[in-house]
Amino acid sequence: MKLDILYFARLKDSFGMGNEQLDTEAASVDELLIELRQRGGNWSSELAAGKAFRVARNQELVRLDATLSDGDEVAIFPPVTGG
Amino acid sequence: MQPFTVRIQHEVFDCGAEIARLSANPACGAVVSFSGLVRDYGDRQDIAALELEHYPGMTENTLHAIIQQARERWQLQAATIIHRVGRLALGEAIVLVVTASSHRKDAFAAAEFLMDFLKTEAPFWKKEIQQDGSSYWVEAKASDQHAAGRWQ
Repeated sequence: MKLDILYFARLKDSFGMGNEQLDTEAASVDELLIELRQRGGNWSSELAAGKAFRVARNQELVRLDATLSDGDEVAIFPPVTGG
Repeated sequence: MQPFTVRIQHEVFDCGAEIARLSANPACGAVVSFSGLVRDYGDRQDIAALELEHYPGMTENTLHAIIQQARERWQLQAATIIHRVGRLALGEAIVLVVTASSHRKDAFAAAEFLMDFLKTEAPFWKKEIQQDGSSYWVEAKASDQHAAGRWQ
């Protein structure tokens, strides 16, 4: 299945991209993160367990056990700092 | 007039005009506003400007949801949230929250609630740019989480 993945702020800078389309079998956010960490470098350090980041599925915050479906938009970003 | 509005924009906004717009309703005896400005210090010193990034779509949805929560807790006639994105110079307004109610307590409480949740839930990120041109992403603050937590 295909996922549209978005990165914001520090993660966008660190990964060198703001978005990508990923062909993956990851059935949950957790599985997606495992796959992304396997890229190594900044991917494994920024997305390490215990690092502060948030995940939204189709523009709503979700927990790491949230399931994923074909065509989902998944955004990964640091804790927000607006206002 | 649309009484509950959310705007994300690059352009400077006019706080006075926004307050006047919500003051035009004769049923509103109380209008409260908060404006947040670019300050000359943040996580570090000598800040010259900010760069604001957001998640288009989710930002607007989140702010409308926060307004809806405020309307369920307090009696509000109108509310406006405006947040700028892009590059902001020292002293410029970043955010404006205006609430209008029949009574001041509702307007005060709702304005504070909207700001507390905007700061912890709306997907905006600030980069601070120092006078020498160096820049860094601002870290989220535990004090903001604490401020939002007291409304639970």
